[in-house]
Amino acid sequence: MSLLKYESQLREPLVDGNKDYHQVTEDILRPIEAKPTRLWYIGFYISVALLMFGVYSVYREITYGIGQWNLNKTIGWGWDITNFVWWVGIGHAGTLISAILLLFRQGWRTGVNRAAEAMTIFAVMCAGQFPIFHMGRVWMAFFVLPYPNTRGPLWVNFNSPLLWDVFAISTYFTVSLLFWYSGLLPDFATVRDRAKTKLRKLLYGIAAFGWTGSTKHWQRHESLSLVLAGLSTPLVLSVHTIVSFDFATSVMPGWHTTIFPPYFVAGAIFSGFAMVQTLMIILRKVFGLQEYITIGHIEAMNKVIVLTGSIVGIAYITELFIAWYGQNPYEWYVFKENRANLFSPYGWSYWLMMFCNVVSPQMFWFRKLRRNIAFTFFMSIIVNIGMWYERFVIIVTSTYRDYLPSSWSTYYSPTTWEIGFYLGTFGLFFTCFFLFAKYFPVIAVAEIKSILKTSGENYKVKMTDLEKKDSEKFYIEEVEHAH
Amino acid sequence: MAGGIKKFVVGCFDDEKVLFPAVKQVRRAGYKIHDVYTPFPVHGLDHALGLRETSLHTAGFIYGITGTTTALSCIGWIFTKDWPLNIGGKPHFALPAWIPITFELTVLFAAVGMVLTFCYLCQLSPFIKKHHFHPRATDDLFVMAIECSDKTNDEEVQAFLKNAGAVEINVQEAETGWWLGRYDREQKLYREYEKGY
Repeated sequence: MSLLKYESQLREPLVDGNKDYHQVTEDILRPIEAKPTRLWYIGFYISVALLMFGVYSVYREITYGIGQWNLNKTIGWGWDITNFVWWVGIGHAGTLISAILLLFRQGWRTGVNRAAEAMTIFAVMCAGQFPIFHMGRVWMAFFVLPYPNTRGPLWVNFNSPLLWDVFAISTYFTVSLLFWYSGLLPDFATVRDRAKTKLRKLLYGIAAFGWTGSTKHWQRHESLSLVLAGLSTPLVLSVHTIVSFDFATSVMPGWHTTIFPPYFVAGAIFSGFAMVQTLMIILRKVFGLQEYITIGHIEAMNKVIVLTGSIVGIAYITELFIAWYGQNPYEWYVFKENRANLFSPYGWSYWLMMFCNVVSPQMFWFRKLRRNIAFTFFMSIIVNIGMWYERFVIIVTSTYRDYLPSSWSTYYSPTTWEIGFYLGTFGLFFTCFFLFAKYFPVIAVAEIKSILKTSGENYKVKMTDLEKKDSEKFYIEEVEHAH
Repeated sequence: MAGGIKKFVVGCFDDEKVLFPAVKQVRRAGYKIHDVYTPFPVHGLDHALGLRETSLHTAGFIYGITGTTTALSCIGWIFTKDWPLNIGGKPHFALPAWIPITFELTVLFAAVGMVLTFCYLCQLSPFIKKHHFHPRATDDLFVMAIECSDKTNDEEVQAFLKNAGAVEINVQEAETGWWLGRYDREQKLYREYEKGY
């Protein structure tokens, strides 16, 4: 047990400025303890307004039926399933940051994991709306649950990828929520113990579950986090794999592809990180958390974006090549005519996707651009537009031309209520996120404290002196401390 | 278990580097450390206090395999005995197609079970009232609570803690009960030859 763990000077500090434990608490809890700013109110009300529009759009859909959307005979899945896959994909970054990066011992995750996990949970909540309301008769949504019922009992089809999805998404949501909340307990306790009003003390007291910070509790907490991370790692990979099975196990040209699982997972992480960037860049600015979410953090995430973006690019090209190489005329037609032909009705969307997802992230090979905040923000939006179009391309370009040219559909464009539903989920997402940002510690306070002495700027400076001592002496001193 | 008032001498440290030798000294002197409350997980402190390793992960494994068996046996029974659906003439016992749900339930059971066990073991739940020795134990202080018996001279303990580097020392009384922690008996006694920490 070495207290002053040595970390190379080549690594950038993860916490800038001259901080001690108390200062970390002060900095991170400031937004919770202060009154909300005007900017917060404006953002919050816009989100609530969007949410209300979404609620009205869904109300129309429930009352008048799926006909309120422009879905037709060959395009049974349109904007709704595109949005579903898009939101689920975004929901992948949070768990990747909190689980996979925990297992890889990436210290920088501590600055962003809390908000990224919150983003995951809200994104999965938004995603869930689409398949549920796509059912049409939403009051029968409970039919997807396998329970002994009076209809036979008529069970669900356990061999269907659509049911796998039900299990995958609900498990993913539950596990992410548990992971997130168990990490929040100690931080809620910090807020509780600093509370100045009775109401605040009561509410945060309830939320903190009576956390005391006992050594034994921390020991169990560490064990819990590690195992939950170990469980979430295959889980996060399984979720988008199963989403991709919705397409890949069908015999639709353009969907019937074995490359889908890895390609969907990479795409999901790609778009998820882009969304984390969008949110973090705003969050650090609005709450003055630049010392905790540093340029180094942003650069690290941009590296993930360029990696996953390139995997997605290779997947696109492989898919195109195999469509030609496989010599299935229907498959090749979808790729050649419905997608790659720029002058076909939806050719523009394929090339937009290619540009946004494959070409543009290559800019992040340059360090200067990776560390440029304005550029990163711009790119994060471009990537998410691109990833939305990826799902749109997969769904619409594969379905709008059937095997029989007589059933080729007319040009599919969404109705106001279809768009309204999508905007409504943005409302839901941002309403939740604004509430989170105001009432929850947006950065994991306890975790930052635990890396402060190895990665805090002021501590790293002190370590420089140690580094100059000869290594043997340094080691002996450390061992002395430890015992 | 319930009832009764216990007296504690509470010493607060502001640096984990001071805390570790202090823990060692206090235990060597034969005082009983009730607990140390820290704002973040201090690695190695559990060993220094002589706490045994947690077996929470073993519980997680058991919950996990419970999930696996539940999924496989339920789906197996439903699709071969209760209501064998003919899906394109494929076998009723379609094991490969059940892997995704089996996997998801394994993870779900393990995660939910572990979190509930964690909350039970640590006695965490909403609306619970516990004795907090120091409000800054969740902020920047490392708070050591030493349990006093009838024979303990608390002034001596206070002086001892001061010597060990505590920045703030006081004596507190708390009702004993499960909310004070249930692991007194897990704490191994410190012996001279126990040099593992």
